[in-house]
Amino acid sequence: MKKLWKGNEAIAEAAVAAGCRYFFGYPITPQNEIPEYMSWRLYEVGGAFIQAESEVSAINMVYGAASAGARAMTSSSSPGISLKQEGISYIAAAELPCVIVNMMRSGPGLGGIQASQGDYFQATKGGGHGDYHCIVYAPSTVQEFVDIMYNAFDVADEYRNPVMIIGDGMLGQMMEPAEIPPMKDAAEMFEKYHKNEWATCGHSDGKPRIINSLRIEPDENEEFTIRLYKKYEEIAKKETKVEEYRMDDAEYVFVAYGSVARICKAAIVELREQGIKAGLIRPITLYPYPTATIEKAAKNPNVKKFVTVEMSMGQMVEDVRLAVNGQKPVEFYGRSGGNVMMPADLVKYIKEGK
Amino acid sequence: MKIIADKPKMLTDTPMHYCPGCTHGIVHRLIAEVLEELGKTDNAIGIAPVGCAVYAYKYFNCDMIEAAHGRAPAISSALRRVVNPENIIFCYQGDGDCASIGMAETVHACMRGENITVIFINNGIYGMTGGQMAPTTMPGVKATTCIYGRDPKRYGNPVHLSEMLATLTGPAYIERVACYDVPHVKKAKAALKKAFEIQMQKKGLSFIEVLASCPTNFHMTPLEAMEFVKTQGEPFYPLGVFKDITKEENK
Amino acid sequence: MAKGKVEFREAYCKGCSLCVNACPMKILQISKRTNAKGYEVAECVDMDKCIGCASCATMCPDSVITVYRD
Repeated sequence: MKKLWKGNEAIAEAAVAAGCRYFFGYPITPQNEIPEYMSWRLYEVGGAFIQAESEVSAINMVYGAASAGARAMTSSSSPGISLKQEGISYIAAAELPCVIVNMMRSGPGLGGIQASQGDYFQATKGGGHGDYHCIVYAPSTVQEFVDIMYNAFDVADEYRNPVMIIGDGMLGQMMEPAEIPPMKDAAEMFEKYHKNEWATCGHSDGKPRIINSLRIEPDENEEFTIRLYKKYEEIAKKETKVEEYRMDDAEYVFVAYGSVARICKAAIVELREQGIKAGLIRPITLYPYPTATIEKAAKNPNVKKFVTVEMSMGQMVEDVRLAVNGQKPVEFYGRSGGNVMMPADLVKYIKEGK
Repeated sequence: MKIIADKPKMLTDTPMHYCPGCTHGIVHRLIAEVLEELGKTDNAIGIAPVGCAVYAYKYFNCDMIEAAHGRAPAISSALRRVVNPENIIFCYQGDGDCASIGMAETVHACMRGENITVIFINNGIYGMTGGQMAPTTMPGVKATTCIYGRDPKRYGNPVHLSEMLATLTGPAYIERVACYDVPHVKKAKAALKKAFEIQMQKKGLSFIEVLASCPTNFHMTPLEAMEFVKTQGEPFYPLGVFKDITKEENK
Repeated sequence: MAKGKVEFREAYCKGCSLCVNACPMKILQISKRTNAKGYEVAECVDMDKCIGCASCATMCPDSVITVYRD
């Protein structure tokens, strides 16, 4: 049954339904409803919550819980996610599953608390040190956030890789009708992962398990990173998700993700009413990136140009340019600092040709 | 004749990478002996630090997690909530790990009174990175980042971590020990045993600070380094029990 | 007649001398023999005097020494 949910609370409940039993976080606007919700909710389902002393500590608590095979998560907003990067790199290198939510606010520095998409580079290109990637999702509605969260732990477990879901202050704070899927059997999953081959939960079978990211021999570390990148290739094949909206006959193609994609959709409706054929490619996974979908559109003779729309100074546009590879013009329209573009801004941009 | 001392089975056969005469090896063995004596060899989980003891995960015959620098108490706080309450959890940390970069994690795990044991090896120097000043380097002692000796006016003061943590409500047991001679090694072992017993009784966080030597970075022989701990280290960092809730309970 | 006996796992010895210093009977020394790692290893020169007190093993950082006693 659909209920009216605040984004952040819906996401938290979806995580609980997905079997998450451990949450570690530190308050930061605009994601506070997630730890607030988890602080009481997890104890109703036999889990635990710690308000950590810092984001650095919170992500390392995730590392600890995940080491023992538990479904654990943390959430934060941009400056806090920066602090977590050390732990995320270690989690990726120790191949531990977990989910991290970033409700992006504007930066750089302390920046502001309004919605932004300025953490695209950080989320998709590593963020922390070394050769690694998170699997990155960017839902655009509260319901989609719920659905992605519901499957995120399964994806993280399958690949033993951290999953990051990025939203923004708008998605976290808005209220929308959403349906939370039924509770997964957390106990069964916990048994399954708790007793699996690698988790350090105090085995008594004489075969000590080790969770580690130290590979001091160059050959050993290279072998590991090559294996890691083979895993990413597999992830790209199986997990890439993208929505194409009114692309059949589109001449002007917006590329946008998250909240901004919704604004693009409103602009497309308006443009089409005025006889201009516009469409949208909306990456749902930002890593792996739906390069093939954009390549295909670039080869389509109908398409005149791409306009990447972001609440940033232009970050995802680089991946769009790489995918288009010079076959069509790629332009950028952005607002930053916490400002949001209006559909009318995009209509005007397309009509006035700049 | 019967065997009265031997390598504990709780230690693996992997040769330790520590320098000759390093105290880490003694403390590793004491932890292993104590866990064997307490019958806790099969379900212990250890957290290794970053620093000289980074390879501790190779030496203990139990599940081990290699932590980011200073984060062992955060990792074990989460682990405590996931695994069986009967599982022994211990953090093995050096002075840079426990008292500098991980100070917040150390203090807050103590504040929460986590039912874990933290073993803090204080040798007053950064060993693995090559002899830089530690948060515990004593005034006047030379290090590669205070080459004329630590002048607190220029480089700040060292921390007495055990005394500081003893001001908190959360910890159950805090003791500082040394390993420079046989009687002190025996006392250190007794302290470790008490620390793990307190964890087994679910009384909360036990914290054992071990004054250790670093012959390589003290630029001394192993024997001179032990003598330095005895004559210089111990007067500055007095040994003793700084907190013991089992005594308070008995009052 | 000796009350005790010590055995060294020489491959693990680093010749640090902590055992030599700890021995109350002063029967241990660093030999001129090197192990595979190049360390001159500790040895007992007069086992008959060993009292099996295990002081050497107590100080040994590398768990090299096995101590026997009657």
